[in-house]
Amino acid sequence: MFDSLGDKFNNVFRYIRGTGKMSEKNIDEAVRSVKMALLEADVDYKVVKDFVADVKKRVIGQEVTKNILPEQQFVKIIHEELTEIMGKSNIDLTCANIGTTYLMVVGIQGSGKTTACGKLAFLLQSQKKKVLLVSTDIRRPAAITQLKILAKKANASFFDPEGEKDPCKIVKNVSEYVRHKDYDYVIFDTAGRLELDEPLMKELTQIKIILKPHEILFVADSMMGQSALKVARSFDENIGVDGVILNKLDGDTRGGVALSVKKVLGKPIKFMGLGEKLVDLEVFHPERLASRILGMGDVVSLVEKAKKTVGDKEAEYFEKKIRKANLDFDDFLRQLQYIKKMGSLKDILAMLPGANKLKNIPTDDKQMVHVEAMILSMTPYERQHPHMINPSRRKRIAKGSGCEVNQVNRLLKQFETMKKMMKKVTQGKSKDIMKNMMSRF
Amino acid sequence: MLNLMSRLKKSLQKTQSSLTQRMSHIVLKNTIDEDEIEELEEILITADMGVPITMELIDSVRAKVKASKDMTDDIYGFLRESLRTYLPDEWKETNKVKVLLVFGVNGSGKTTTIAKLAKKYKDEGRKVLLAAADTFRAAAVEQLRVWSKRLEIPMIEKADGADPSSVIYEALEGMKARGCDLLIIDTAGRLHTNKNLMDEMSKMKRTIAQHVSSSELRTQMILDATTGNNGLMQARQFDKTIGIDELILAKFDSSAKGGFIFSIARELKLPVKYLGIGEGVDDLLPFSRDDFIEALFER
Repeated sequence: MFDSLGDKFNNVFRYIRGTGKMSEKNIDEAVRSVKMALLEADVDYKVVKDFVADVKKRVIGQEVTKNILPEQQFVKIIHEELTEIMGKSNIDLTCANIGTTYLMVVGIQGSGKTTACGKLAFLLQSQKKKVLLVSTDIRRPAAITQLKILAKKANASFFDPEGEKDPCKIVKNVSEYVRHKDYDYVIFDTAGRLELDEPLMKELTQIKIILKPHEILFVADSMMGQSALKVARSFDENIGVDGVILNKLDGDTRGGVALSVKKVLGKPIKFMGLGEKLVDLEVFHPERLASRILGMGDVVSLVEKAKKTVGDKEAEYFEKKIRKANLDFDDFLRQLQYIKKMGSLKDILAMLPGANKLKNIPTDDKQMVHVEAMILSMTPYERQHPHMINPSRRKRIAKGSGCEVNQVNRLLKQFETMKKMMKKVTQGKSKDIMKNMMSRF
Repeated sequence: MLNLMSRLKKSLQKTQSSLTQRMSHIVLKNTIDEDEIEELEEILITADMGVPITMELIDSVRAKVKASKDMTDDIYGFLRESLRTYLPDEWKETNKVKVLLVFGVNGSGKTTTIAKLAKKYKDEGRKVLLAAADTFRAAAVEQLRVWSKRLEIPMIEKADGADPSSVIYEALEGMKARGCDLLIIDTAGRLHTNKNLMDEMSKMKRTIAQHVSSSELRTQMILDATTGNNGLMQARQFDKTIGIDELILAKFDSSAKGGFIFSIARELKLPVKYLGIGEGVDDLLPFSRDDFIEALFER
């Protein structure tokens, strides 16, 4: 995600690097490119206008510091401004001081409310909280059944409205029901409604008055265009929004909504949805997203994700191995399996710094299956001693894995290169590499 | 029909009045200044027209104003004409179609639109059969089943997690026995970037191709009118994978203007067939290029 925006910025910086300094004219040019990139990313028109004006003011007012490339200054300014817009840091869910916390999830049709409720329940349950899911969506066919299925999958409790057709009555019944129960959270799913639908907006207000939720979460589809803020604002004006869940960020949307929402609504983005499965909900980190937009990668997220799937002990083991640069194919295989657990290769690459410059890299997960097959066709001895794999062994491996010999050759070559790279990184040359990498931004 | 037209206009008008007000003064003089260009840019961008088309239109307006001698030259008329060139010609209905394959990204409004389409074809006297090929999302089959019961239209389903192509196969096989002449297939929402799910989509199309000729199949992509520039990327990928015959713009009763259909039409030459304008089963409006643009520039 955000690849194209990152590319756009990189073009601008290359341009400035080409001219060697920041003059009034090339600032205008650069700022205009930034503006177009942001508009193509669906950032709200007014937000873009203010953003561009702010950046320009800051860039022009700045002395060109010696020893710092102009583009680095530019990156710094844009990064700071982006982070500023998206909010400084992640803000937790509002909780009740004592007892049960009530959350209400709202949004237009198809933004992903029901799925988000399931994911949220899953996330809270994994934090050892006791969660009850309630659907007040009496409108969309089978919406209640959908939430019931998700509740079961998330290991959360589910409140059955038993055919009640009035959302307000459902809320009242739930209040009765939970009185002497020890739920930490009760999450209310609501029917999707368009911002212009007055009767349904009124219904939402009534639900809110009865429920008095601790937090109202607005679910936004990250693929939304310029109408996103009108929609968000309408919900905010009618019932008051406390936080935002930004959904469907696993596609190739540039997610300009993320930039707009905080700025115009003044409400923080708290979570982001990155897929259809229950685990695909992450806490939103504005600084990381700003870095991602700039093509600076999101290493922190990657490390966290790796820790979650790999576990600390394993991570330590690999760190040691990498430091000694004596990785063999057994380790490689294990890593592959972890990567598979972590999600698609493309998602992971999107988080690596500079990865947006590696064009033509195989992001097809099927290729990983081939690699796995090839390694599995090696004998344990071959896996530990890759240099022993001679042409006849290669032929056998190719046959065993159903691949071509040149695929096996490529794999061995890639593995060698990787090992060499690791040696460089671990033998004190890492500074040069880092410097080299940084100069690309 | 008149009623539908006025509904369309009504839904467009709330945003259009400001457009006319803001632009009417441009024609009174022979120059256009940077503020006015910026205003035009804002109008087009906030309609989700996208940057390339916006820039093209602005350039042509600049040229037009510069060359214009006549003070009464109509900027709207000019813009209207320019916009018309982006959209393909009107689309003609054929009676041959036997299978409708409906798809789109998650939450675009597939199932609701299918209910509307099924009702429309049933009213026209077709014997409709529904296929619940969304075997992935929780309760998706149940959702379509509710519509099937309400509309009294038969439906083919299999257990959750079944191969969608096998549902389609069964439905195609069962069409004749049930005396049905139109199969409408509901598929799981999928992001166009998910290669595995897109491959699954090609497989569905191959299954259909074994039963009916290409002229008997129509592929319809549902797009959410509130989408921004990503709409083009979605259409591009779906078109590449299985080929899109026509688009349906859902949730057009929101405040979004769906300007991205111009970018799609420009690059992929795809027509919009219907506009979804509500949650009711009759809230489906046939798309007409001229009416759509006319309503955009209603004085």
